[in-house]
Amino acid sequence: MSIRERLSGNEAIATAMRQINPDVFAMFPITPSTEIPQYFAQYVADGKVDTEFICVESEHSSLSACLGAEAAGCRAVTATSSAGLSFMNEVLYVAASSRLPVVLAVACRALTGPININHDYSDSMAERDSGFIQIYAENNQEVYDNYLQAHRIAEHPDVRLPLMICEDGFITSHAIENIELEEDDKVKAFVGEYHPENYLLKEENPLAVGPYGISAYYMEARVAQAHAMMNAKQVILDVAADFEKTFGRKYGLIEEYKMEDAELAMVIMGSSAGTAKAAVDELRAQGVKAGLIKIRVFRPFPGEEIANALKNCKAVAIMDKSEGFSGCGGPLYAETSGACYNLKTRPLMVDIVFGLGGRDFTVESAKSVYDRLAKIAETGETGDIYTHMGQRER
Amino acid sequence: MAYNLKEEMNKKERFNPGHRLCAGCGAGIVCRAMMRAVDENDKAVICNATGCLEVSSFQYPYTAWDDSYIHTAFENASSTASGVCAAVEVMKRKGKINPDTNYKVLVIGGDGGTYDIGFQSLSGALERGHDLTYFCYDNNAYMNTGTQRSSATPRFAAATTTPAGVDSVGKKQDQKDLTQIVVAHGVHYAAQTTLFGNMKDFHEKAHRAIYTEGPTFVNVLTPCPRGWNYPTEDLLAICKAAIDTCVWPVYEVVDGEYRLTYEPKKKLPVEEFMKLQGRFAHCFKKGNEWTIEAAQKYVDKKWEDLLAKCK
Repeated sequence: MSIRERLSGNEAIATAMRQINPDVFAMFPITPSTEIPQYFAQYVADGKVDTEFICVESEHSSLSACLGAEAAGCRAVTATSSAGLSFMNEVLYVAASSRLPVVLAVACRALTGPININHDYSDSMAERDSGFIQIYAENNQEVYDNYLQAHRIAEHPDVRLPLMICEDGFITSHAIENIELEEDDKVKAFVGEYHPENYLLKEENPLAVGPYGISAYYMEARVAQAHAMMNAKQVILDVAADFEKTFGRKYGLIEEYKMEDAELAMVIMGSSAGTAKAAVDELRAQGVKAGLIKIRVFRPFPGEEIANALKNCKAVAIMDKSEGFSGCGGPLYAETSGACYNLKTRPLMVDIVFGLGGRDFTVESAKSVYDRLAKIAETGETGDIYTHMGQRER
Repeated sequence: MAYNLKEEMNKKERFNPGHRLCAGCGAGIVCRAMMRAVDENDKAVICNATGCLEVSSFQYPYTAWDDSYIHTAFENASSTASGVCAAVEVMKRKGKINPDTNYKVLVIGGDGGTYDIGFQSLSGALERGHDLTYFCYDNNAYMNTGTQRSSATPRFAAATTTPAGVDSVGKKQDQKDLTQIVVAHGVHYAAQTTLFGNMKDFHEKAHRAIYTEGPTFVNVLTPCPRGWNYPTEDLLAICKAAIDTCVWPVYEVVDGEYRLTYEPKKKLPVEEFMKLQGRFAHCFKKGNEWTIEAAQKYVDKKWEDLLAKCK
């Protein structure tokens, strides 16, 4: 039986961690992810887990310690946000290329500057090419459910890649919502134990990790890593199918909301998708053929699935909650428009950068986007393709 | 058991030939000696910072190391090792590995990866008290990238970023005294040594460090023929000169108690060390005599301070 609870996203993650009982947790505080290790420290203090909990002196070191532990044969976890994730940058790439399936919880927060503690995806989007799998959540329930699926995906022999479970800073990490938790023993049975084939502490067969790879070998390693990321798509779907069978909640790479006959669509991520769904409902009631795609898995990027879902739309807005400073659009736009390029008939597409540093995104904001899409569909003219919304006029 | 060179040399090598370190490099000698100090039935995990040793000893698909080995990056060997230490603890507790097997976590980095970029992670690991031994092979500069000065480079040494010239006599600053900084962390064992004699000094310190519980530190002056500019066969002569001039005193600190492990019968002038190496050649030019005097003054002061601590 599921357990009805009221939890913040951070406590939901910490609860999932407690149920999984990882071998090593290396922590360093940063707002808004700090609560995750705080809750966990109490579980350690109360004897609810037998994890080795180490408080290191930086995020660079927290992930480095996770690498050492994971390579040694452990299930290792950590959590961070914003500048902390940026500080890990170098080690993220090492984790992925060393094929060490560390699970990292990220409470997504703006990057400095100006310094800001609120939500956007500047931090996680900046790491989109690090080789980590990235799974995003709309609400606290999804955060919890995603976390329960994380280790199985990351550790799968066809994948063996580190994984980020992303929640929206404060909006998801701190806001308390109703949530259905699963029973400890059922979670343990679903997640299973970690049995790596090779590890540093395997007494009968030592292991060497992290070689110097000259040009004669580097490319093969990178291609193998690329294939692992491609393999992750099917594994994510398989784990989701088993999750649905076990716990009854269904997940995919993307969520299509009222897309069957949609002419105007939004591609959006995280908690903003919940807000936009309310706008879609209102517009549908008025007879507007509005729909949206929520991206749950950003790495591997579900380009084919997104293109397929958008192929019959007339106008599409890509909602970027990070400014990539490319000068021509955010990262979600770049990838989505690229994914749609080979469609026989393509929808008109614009990029809207919104919600930076916690700038509010309301149902009205979402409706204004659909208004704009309606005009684009009617006139066949996109106007400026790359725009920002919600900021003060100069 | 008394140290016996012959017995030690008859042990199976755990750092094997075929690595790509330069002829006349001290790092290979450090690694062999470090591994001889691990008791034969004990397992080791080596955590190596990026540097000459890493690119030379584990070039895919070959490794020179018999024991498990991990390299992740330049500045985080100590934090990576912290994770390995945590793994040993928890896997024994959970019965995932044999609780009776002794796993020794050895961290090794050059001075760049230890004194400079790896300083924070080293300090963190020492403070947390993990059961690891850090070996610094201090060759006084960033050698893997071509002899750029580090905080371990001694004053007046020429490096590619502190070259000698009309307006320069090499590095302007004195060497950071990292061993003292480590001692200030309150570790149970810290030592300085180098490669000299029958390696007894190195062996005994390494063994004591490895078999003292908690974080321990061994700082090894390790000449580099490319960066110090000496004929490869002079490696051991330079180490001997370093201890006889007291440029690199060899001592140990056990729970705060200092002990000199080698005292030269006759303390030699610093130029006996400096003249063996091209990196100090400019100090011997006319008009630069003051540099040798200044170097001597610094060494004398440090030596006096150390002797006072050893009383």
